[in-house]
Amino acid sequence: MHLPLKHKLATVLLVLSTANAVSNTALAATNEQFFPLANYRVGAYASSGIPVWAGMIDYLRYINEVEGGINGVKLVWQECETEWTAEKGIECYERFKNGLNGAPVAVYQPNGAPAAYALADKAAADKIPLITLGYGRTEATDGSVFPYNFPVMLTFYSEASAVINYIAQREGGLDRLKGKKIATVYHDSAYGRETQSPLALLAEKYGFENIQIPVADPGNEQSAQWRQVRQLKPDWVFLRTWGVSTPVAIKTAARFGFPVERIIGDIWASSDEDVLPTGEAGKGYLALTPYPGGSEFEIHKRIKQHILDQGKSDLKDPKSFGSVYYNSGLVNAAIAVEAIRAGQQKFGHRPLNGEEGRWGLEHLNIDEARLKAIGFYGLMQPLKLSCSDHEGGGAAKVQQWDGSRWTLITDWVQADRETLRPLIEAKSNAYAKEKGITPRSCASED
Amino acid sequence: MNQHSHSLPASYDAAPLELTRRAWPWPLLTLLLVAFVLIPVLGDDYWLNAILIPFLILSLAGLGLNLLTGYTGQTSVGAAGFMAVGAFATYSLLLRVPGLPLPLALVGGGIIAAGVGFVFGIPSNRIKGFYLMVTTLAAQFFLEWVFTKFPWFYNYASSGTISAPRLELFGYDLHSPLGRYLLVLTSVVLLTWIAVNLVRSQIGRNWMAIRDMDTAAAVIGISVDRHKRLAFAVSSFYLGVAGALWAFAYLGTASASSFDINRSFQILFIIIIGGMGSIAGNFIGAAFISLLPLLLNQIGQGLLSGMVDAGQLQNLQKIIFGMLIIWFLVKEPEGLIRLLANLGERLKAWPLRF
Repeated sequence: MHLPLKHKLATVLLVLSTANAVSNTALAATNEQFFPLANYRVGAYASSGIPVWAGMIDYLRYINEVEGGINGVKLVWQECETEWTAEKGIECYERFKNGLNGAPVAVYQPNGAPAAYALADKAAADKIPLITLGYGRTEATDGSVFPYNFPVMLTFYSEASAVINYIAQREGGLDRLKGKKIATVYHDSAYGRETQSPLALLAEKYGFENIQIPVADPGNEQSAQWRQVRQLKPDWVFLRTWGVSTPVAIKTAARFGFPVERIIGDIWASSDEDVLPTGEAGKGYLALTPYPGGSEFEIHKRIKQHILDQGKSDLKDPKSFGSVYYNSGLVNAAIAVEAIRAGQQKFGHRPLNGEEGRWGLEHLNIDEARLKAIGFYGLMQPLKLSCSDHEGGGAAKVQQWDGSRWTLITDWVQADRETLRPLIEAKSNAYAKEKGITPRSCASED
Repeated sequence: MNQHSHSLPASYDAAPLELTRRAWPWPLLTLLLVAFVLIPVLGDDYWLNAILIPFLILSLAGLGLNLLTGYTGQTSVGAAGFMAVGAFATYSLLLRVPGLPLPLALVGGGIIAAGVGFVFGIPSNRIKGFYLMVTTLAAQFFLEWVFTKFPWFYNYASSGTISAPRLELFGYDLHSPLGRYLLVLTSVVLLTWIAVNLVRSQIGRNWMAIRDMDTAAAVIGISVDRHKRLAFAVSSFYLGVAGALWAFAYLGTASASSFDINRSFQILFIIIIGGMGSIAGNFIGAAFISLLPLLLNQIGQGLLSGMVDAGQLQNLQKIIFGMLIIWFLVKEPEGLIRLLANLGERLKAWPLRF
């Protein structure tokens, strides 16, 4: 009885190993750019991740099949499961950093805060730029200290400033903020605490009362917090929760009678999945996002025609097409593609390595004309990066939930980045000192 | 005079003392030679950073917990909390004590963790078994909370994360993968050597007596409470060093959430699967827990990618991994080390079994 089993096992192993060898040799690359997909399809955050990867893969397919690659350079990608953890994230990065069958890596998206922090130094040592959209180290905006980290579009500091500017819009001007009460209900974690220092600075500048109310992880019971909100009667609540704590917050707020139209969710509390479980309570909820939901943008028409309708989409649930997370995947992929395109203008139409990818990112300039050309106008803000500015945009739109979908109620609300810059520089200088880094001179970069 | 066929055995006085003379431990020496010489020469970044460094650190953490759970019989699910203490304490020492060499900072972090472990071990005087486990669970959550709540521990960084200020030893920069690998390997080898001797010493034997039956141990004159607390302290020392290495030699950065309850469970599983009350079992358990998923992943990626939906492929690996754990534990509840020992015994008799 034992022998046949062993025999079978040996045969299976043999078949496995030969199949592996064949598939490896068949993929020998010539003119290909590797696009690593460090993603999470299992674990606690899988449900939010899955539409993001669909957006990314659909866009990469669109670039390959409709546009014939980036200036003729085809994209290849491979997935690696991180489970949103640092250690799996490191494993994926190490697996991918030398490219795939000769196709090099130009930019890397860690897709997860723990991995982004863990990879910051490693990627700098390996000269591979990390793109972190809407998360990651805020102080990495200062590219002179963090040459390989790109917290593009909207850092947590800019997010705080944008929300204050939006409230000022609603109140009728920045001078009207004086004496207002703005409460921040935040997930008590590294992510939740990031906005404390910029909000303190802005409160001092504009004279509003800055109230900070923590919610312990995971946040599925928030009566105490919202009782406190009810007592303090703030004019606005800035909701910086995450995952399960967002719908719980909205429902608890309704129970304590706090008006939902006065709650503004942040970038990680702005997806369809955050509000769908709230039912009636979520109607009128506001949220800030650099990649609004909606499927009427030009890129959606193109992807629908060439990918979705051809049955080539990675989406499991077609209803997610145009959801906030799907669109974030599109925007993430588009930034990477445009950075490679920018790099190709200097280095020629060929696959780029990490150093060349960084050059491309630092010379990335997606203006309105370019946004219209690639079909992202309205979905993505103009983005111009440089050596000293690794963030670029710093704007967000505010969307409102009507019970079934998001409607945009503002144009881009710009953050006051000049006011926050000294804070960022203080942090980046402290980091440089702690690590013994000599900041490079951005004036000498071309 | 035919010496060969007719000689009698020599008298006791003249007989060679085989019992006391130690044979050279050739397998162990070969292993060390491979680890210290061959792997640094052959290993690439992926092997060092993604496979060997985490494997060694998890083995060390397993060893720490095994001293407490496997040798002294005190169940703990707070292992990651003590790792966090070690990581944050080492960070504080490196940051706030200028000129402190790295080994001393690691030892210091371990000693501080040992102190905290000692304090959380005090309830073991009165409570046992599952009840004690609950206090260690409390330790886990309390410590995690402390390192999120008080910004002093992470030097007021906006993100609540700590990162290694400097990894250097006698002027050598240990930041390269190889440097970090050698740092981890040296620490693990030294601490394992100490542990092997510790469990063979009077203290180790007392621990095992307490594990087997604490009333009997008290009757024969072992100070049970003192030895339990000592086990907590020593175990936490090991976990503290492992935590510091995890933060600085592996991740390069850490926050309280790097040491959450899942890490505690992971370490508990390492010792359950590897083998309670065994030193080598920790290494086998750590290999099983940390390396097997990678192997499954590589096989899955190489064979089935494109054919099976990516999400289902990931879930499939989890299922296979879980089934393997169950299968091994059903086959041998005492852990993989016992399975290997049995296999060794059978191989000795092979093929002339009767």
